[in-house]
Amino acid sequence: MEAANPAKRAVKERAPRVKKKRTKEQRILSLKENAPYFLMVLPAVAVVFLFNYLPIYGVLIAFQDFMPGDKILSDSTIWIGFQNFERFFSDPMFWPLMKNTFLICIIGFIIGFPLPIIVSLMLNAMKGKKTAKVLQTIFNGPHFISLVVLVGMLTLFFGRYGLVNNLAASLGGERYSYFLESSAFRPMYILSSNWQDFGWSAIIYIAALSNVDPQQHEAAILDGATRFQRVINVDLPAIMPMISVMLIMSIGGLMGVGYEKALLMQTDGNLQVSELISTYVYKRGLTGVPDQAYATAIGLFNSIINVVLLIIANTTSKRFSENSLW
Amino acid sequence: MAKQAKPRMALRDTVGDKVFYTINAIVLGILALIVLYPLYFIVIAAISDPDAVLGGKVFLYPVNLNFEGFAKIMERKDVWLGYRNTILYTALTVVLSLIVTVPAGWALSRNTLPGKRLLMIYFIIPMFFGGGLIPFYNVMSGLGLVNTIWAIVLPSILSVWNLFMTKTFFESSIPTSLIEAAKIDGAGSFRIFIEIVLPLSKAIIAVMALYYAVGQWNSYFNAMIFLQNENLYPLQLVLKEILIASESTVGGSGETILQQYRLANQLKYVSVIVSSVPVLLLYPFVQKYFAQGVMIGSLKG
Repeated sequence: MEAANPAKRAVKERAPRVKKKRTKEQRILSLKENAPYFLMVLPAVAVVFLFNYLPIYGVLIAFQDFMPGDKILSDSTIWIGFQNFERFFSDPMFWPLMKNTFLICIIGFIIGFPLPIIVSLMLNAMKGKKTAKVLQTIFNGPHFISLVVLVGMLTLFFGRYGLVNNLAASLGGERYSYFLESSAFRPMYILSSNWQDFGWSAIIYIAALSNVDPQQHEAAILDGATRFQRVINVDLPAIMPMISVMLIMSIGGLMGVGYEKALLMQTDGNLQVSELISTYVYKRGLTGVPDQAYATAIGLFNSIINVVLLIIANTTSKRFSENSLW
Repeated sequence: MAKQAKPRMALRDTVGDKVFYTINAIVLGILALIVLYPLYFIVIAAISDPDAVLGGKVFLYPVNLNFEGFAKIMERKDVWLGYRNTILYTALTVVLSLIVTVPAGWALSRNTLPGKRLLMIYFIIPMFFGGGLIPFYNVMSGLGLVNTIWAIVLPSILSVWNLFMTKTFFESSIPTSLIEAAKIDGAGSFRIFIEIVLPLSKAIIAVMALYYAVGQWNSYFNAMIFLQNENLYPLQLVLKEILIASESTVGGSGETILQQYRLANQLKYVSVIVSSVPVLLLYPFVQKYFAQGVMIGSLKG
């Protein structure tokens, strides 16, 4: 059902553009012909409707005095406007949350954005193509490790009697409980994320590099360009459009760090820097005495920031280059 | 060195290029070590004497080979129950996700599909805007899925990224002429899809199966918020208890901490291996399809 309605409307809108006039019979025929395709896409439409669109509708509770179990729209719904948002702005956690979320994203971006690009250029510039393949396989490996295991590994390595402290101790250093030190949280979080995903993120750049016309390289060689100059003047420009697209997406995610990993890494010792907007939403909305409307409002506020950032990034990119998402 | 520089032949590596290749290879080699060493250390720590590991004697090779950790994990009923649950959830997710994703990707790759633009917008919006955690939880609870295995399986059976990757694969890998010819022969849309398209799509099906399988195998969060019945816990949730919960509740005197560490430590290293091996084994197996499937999909997507 979801598929058929927009489809019908689209036909109406499109008809004048494609052909001057389409009779009613033709339109019905086209729908009939395409019925199997609608059936094929229907399950996907239904899944997205249930798990993505219904929650978007559920966001309305952010503007209500909502108790768990209440209906979202009923006669007894109490609308309170933006009160939950105002409450959040005056919440003593507001600035720490904004700061923690932004810092972990921006530092992660500064390190994590260029790294895959550099690695893909280096792999592409390798002499031995087989070695490059093997290295790429190695670099992709950590992507398949789960977050629970990754954070488990961190606790093993950075625990008081873990590898890092043992190494430090054998060199005459002091032992630290890194998980209880707030200053260690961001470095551990960001470096482990990069360790896990730099290879995986490089894949799309490597794919783009494999499409570079070899003639460009040959011409550059005849002009006397060194391999390094060719990396900068041939390879890098070739992946520039891809870099722009990824840049826009990354800027859109500058306040969008999820809760999964941070929740696993949180301890009483590092909570002052490890509490993020997303983890706070989880805690206020689903644990303790849940305040669902408040948590939803905070989450909505966060989503809106992300969308606005994305639109700004896209518009800017459109103005200064030809690359944009839409 | 000076002599070498004189007779310059075109298309030959100059000294500068040789230096470049060498440095490049060395840096990438170091990077590979950084990736591999933590994984290697997990393995040698798992099969070393726990006291040697805690005492800082294990760095490069196992010390006093010891397989008690593996014996201990065999006794952990919760681990094996979690294992069984995870295999079940992963299998269900893969089967259902392929049924949902692949036909939809094929349909969306058809240019003749009326309303294609609207459908695309319908799928794109959730990539950038969502209701967030609490409304999602309420929807699941409203559907009566809380504390059932479907709370774990159903929300994972469609990723819009994967759908678009599948669509792009079909657009670039299935020749239009082939489909036209089959149409002229009188084959219906379903028959074309099943008898012509699917056999040509092993690469994307393999890659999608891997993506969904890894995603489900590795996830813990939905299980944590939706499952109360411990008998339904997937492996990752059991692992979370073993690996992390005990670390964050460090307390007591130094001696007791050390004692706790000794008992639990080896089990942690072993559990990392036991839980990660299936996925790491799967990856090279599917990798041959990567070049074809993912590259094409991600390039245009």
